[in-house]
Amino acid sequence: MRIPCPTCGPRDLREFTYIGDALRSAPALEADADTWAAYVYTRRNPRGEHLEYWQHSHGCRQFLRVRRDTATHVIHAAACVGPHATEDEA
Amino acid sequence: MSGYRLTSGGNVDRQRPVRFAFDGRPCTGLAGDTLASALLAEGIRLVGRSFKYHRPRGVLGIAAEEPNALVSLRGGGRHEPNIQATMAELHDGLEVRSQNAWPSLGFDALAVNGLAGPLFGAGFYYKTFMGPTRRAWMWFEPFIRRAAGLGPPPRQADPDVYDRNNLFCDVLVVGGGPAGLAAARAAAECGARVALCDERAAFGGSLRGAAREIGDVPAQDWIDAQLAFLAGRGAVLLPRTGVFGYYDGETLGAVERVADHLPAPSSGQPRQRYWTIRTAEVVLATGAVERPVLFAGNDRPGVMLADSVRQYAETYGVACGRSVTVLANNDSGHAAARSLAAAGVTVARIFDQRPEVGPAIRAIAVGIGADLRTGWTVVATHGGKGLHAVTAAPADGSGRAERFETDCLAMAGGWTPAIALASQRGSAPVWSDALGAPLAGVPAPGARWRVAGAAAGRLDTAGCLAEGAAAGHAAARAAGFDAAPSAPPACAAEPVGLHPAPVPRHPDGKAFVDFQNDVKCADVALALREGYVSVEHLKRYTTLGMATDQGRTANVNAIALMAAATGRSPGEVGTTRFRAPAAPVALGALAGRHTGAHFQAVRRTPVQDWHVRHGGVLSPVGPWLRPRAYLREGETIRTAYIREAANVRGAVGLCDVSTLGKIAVEGPDAAVFLDRVYSNAMQSLAVGRARYGLMLRDDGMVLDDGTAWRLSETSFLVTTTTTGAGAVMTHLERLHALFWPGLRVALTSVTSQWAGMSLAGPRSREVLAAALPGTEVGNGVLPFMGLLEARMDGAPVLVARLSFSGERAYEVFCGADHGEAVWERLLQAGRPHGIMPYGTEALGTLRIEKGHVAGGELDGRVSPFNLGLEGLLSRKKAFFGSALLERPGLHAADRYELVGLVSTAGVPLRAGSHLAEGPRTRPGPSQGFVSSTTFSPATGQEIALALVKGGRARIGQDMFAADPVHGAHHPVRLAPPCFVDPEGARMRG
Repeated sequence: MRIPCPTCGPRDLREFTYIGDALRSAPALEADADTWAAYVYTRRNPRGEHLEYWQHSHGCRQFLRVRRDTATHVIHAAACVGPHATEDEA
Repeated sequence: MSGYRLTSGGNVDRQRPVRFAFDGRPCTGLAGDTLASALLAEGIRLVGRSFKYHRPRGVLGIAAEEPNALVSLRGGGRHEPNIQATMAELHDGLEVRSQNAWPSLGFDALAVNGLAGPLFGAGFYYKTFMGPTRRAWMWFEPFIRRAAGLGPPPRQADPDVYDRNNLFCDVLVVGGGPAGLAAARAAAECGARVALCDERAAFGGSLRGAAREIGDVPAQDWIDAQLAFLAGRGAVLLPRTGVFGYYDGETLGAVERVADHLPAPSSGQPRQRYWTIRTAEVVLATGAVERPVLFAGNDRPGVMLADSVRQYAETYGVACGRSVTVLANNDSGHAAARSLAAAGVTVARIFDQRPEVGPAIRAIAVGIGADLRTGWTVVATHGGKGLHAVTAAPADGSGRAERFETDCLAMAGGWTPAIALASQRGSAPVWSDALGAPLAGVPAPGARWRVAGAAAGRLDTAGCLAEGAAAGHAAARAAGFDAAPSAPPACAAEPVGLHPAPVPRHPDGKAFVDFQNDVKCADVALALREGYVSVEHLKRYTTLGMATDQGRTANVNAIALMAAATGRSPGEVGTTRFRAPAAPVALGALAGRHTGAHFQAVRRTPVQDWHVRHGGVLSPVGPWLRPRAYLREGETIRTAYIREAANVRGAVGLCDVSTLGKIAVEGPDAAVFLDRVYSNAMQSLAVGRARYGLMLRDDGMVLDDGTAWRLSETSFLVTTTTTGAGAVMTHLERLHALFWPGLRVALTSVTSQWAGMSLAGPRSREVLAAALPGTEVGNGVLPFMGLLEARMDGAPVLVARLSFSGERAYEVFCGADHGEAVWERLLQAGRPHGIMPYGTEALGTLRIEKGHVAGGELDGRVSPFNLGLEGLLSRKKAFFGSALLERPGLHAADRYELVGLVSTAGVPLRAGSHLAEGPRTRPGPSQGFVSSTTFSPATGQEIALALVKGGRARIGQDMFAADPVHGAHHPVRLAPPCFVDPEGARMRG
């Protein structure tokens, strides 16, 4: 599997670390325990297209939102998130 | 004697004899031989004993499909078990041992397993040893393990080097037979970068040495011409290279046997090379494997696959028997018979299970003078350790059986395309009735392979050449190289091995379907009777197809048996999915150069060389090597660390803490950021002060502890534990990117940039003052948790008044390049005060005496309420992890709580011990566990930290530290976790 890093180009899976499900949005610190419990423990497990966070840990260390097909491992798009966010191409 | 070397033919060098030894017996082969061809030429048919029943077994096949002829090669550190004799190349001095036989191959005492056959049928282990009789397994296991198995593993370290390489290409062709060579040529003609792999020693596949013409030249000349052309176009040619895995993104794994065919690798040469191949397009020309025919005694040495017998004659110039009998259920057996006869091998008779064959096929038998009996099959074989006769009879049971003398039975049971790689890449196999075997289905979305030649079910050479060339062209075009390649050469038609009707009967007796795992046809039937009707269940219940050969010769026969027995079509029965690796991969190849000292990259502190020069005993801590203690003459680690720790409490010590993780947190919002990630307040931290802090995970559990130093309004230096550094960095980066991208803060790992050392003990202030002449270091300017910037002999240093030991202490940080100079300066300044360096053992002792938590306690399962760190949880703000701290389970009265332990019998305790209320004979349920232990010089006792259910309320209670693994059960008394100066006067003073 190769991930097209917006800053480094297509790179081998070994350079990346899986961070987590990107379908959920980060709760506010003040949000209640139920909201946080849902964020931490409840996640969809789709077969097919999925949004995930990956970190290019052995590269630019940016966090990417990757649109990946969990059935075929085809990666449709990857964009940087955070302070150096890039536009999602697809 | 049975097999022998033909007087001519084969791609072997008759001028170059090669001497080797089989079970100590001196043998001679020829350069170019495989071990299997050399053994057959020597007349050796009995090569090994089978896995379960210890039945005599010989060579069955020609290459990677071989299930029987597994041997151990070489000795000492180069000993390698379970190597297929068909894949091992001969070299001078090769030592070969047969396997799984005791005391000898010829007389195997454990062959009684064969007499007890019914006992060891499918599911024997489950039925016998699971459930109520499970305990019996404990008793029988060692015997069963010895009786059933493969070769013994090597006992010495492998002296050879293994390498890893990457290969990038446009078109990868897997398999160098006619289809693969044609594909590679076509792709190269289009201009694509081509790589061609073949698992055998030389390219050409079934054409090697074959007495036929391609175009208008002999087959071998055509092969050589293609290789020369490819080499001229810069193609990467990798013989001896088996592709074992096909992964996402057209990444493939392969192992090249670089030096396995040599007595020893030459200097610097790797024994094997692990290739990671990344390609745009793939052509799978992996060929097909011939199937055995199912009948009683089909595993007897001398019973072989027909085309393998043909290849031994044509490729190696070896006759597998003096009088060969062919048993076919399709045309290809007749083609093999014709080639054998042409090579000078006597083919006495041909049995064809089909009631009738066409005139062209009948003409072959007539031409070679063989007795052809259609509608006949073999029903039994005879001979102890090697075939000497078969009993054959009409297949429909209509006539009388007859006995025929023969020393080699060549089975042509049809062809199974090798589709494992396509299946690994996500293609569901599709059953072909015409072939009687599954073919690769359509590629999964995104997969970039096409299959050609026998792997695609084309069994005639002309078809393989044409389809191979077309596949190579298509692959090149898909990779962006479009040109018209030349037309593939023509070649004469031949009888091909289409299996007309794969209906194996249920043969009686020991008819084997999976030779390597000793699975009989009757086992398949038994599994079905017991309800295992799915092919995946059948595989696991009988272990069919699970051996090192991955059932290459077995899987399709098993499907056909299941289909016949259940009245389903083979397509309905389906196939199991293939997974990587398709062939065994040596652990050495996987490890590559990451062995010994290269197992993991080592990070060195700026002071490491000093530690080594001064008796420091290094041990790994995460990626670092840290000194455990500095041994003096006659000391052990224990006496050394006790001396070092006592000296810190009594005078002063110096410890290298450069391994602590260090992160620069800078920017206008740095304070806001840290206020959110630490459980305690950070915004209020004054410039020039440091604070101890706790970081929690999303779920409220403790991630790490450390300190934050405020260097300016906008700049902090954050320290983490040595082993937590990487996780904390990722955690902070993640929170910034995913939670608060709007905060103006930059995170930089500066662990390697700083050297750090902890100067600790009641005399530490005097030492620091002496090392920083002219700089005021008193409590007024540098109080507990204060920071000071200064210069030590010109080197800028940053001093923080922090204490892990509970003594007055200073952490002195400086640029890494100054590390050793600053270290020596502090030691020099401390000499009048009795300074000693101390290692990680004393560091641990000092913090355990203070009840400070570290790796033993911070195991990812503890919340602040387990550690008694509620005081570090701010009540005024929400912080990361705070929401889920409200979970009731974290506040349960019987939660684990950190306590101290005193060993009341005075014996050392062991981390990992459980705490029990009762004595050894009735300990009762575990009340918790010991997390860190030490001898405490300050109290003169063996002490420990422990996490105990409801521990704080139980302080003063007596329990036992139970360690049944080591036979220990020691009395302990629960104590407060802090054993020294609980008020903290010493560190503040």
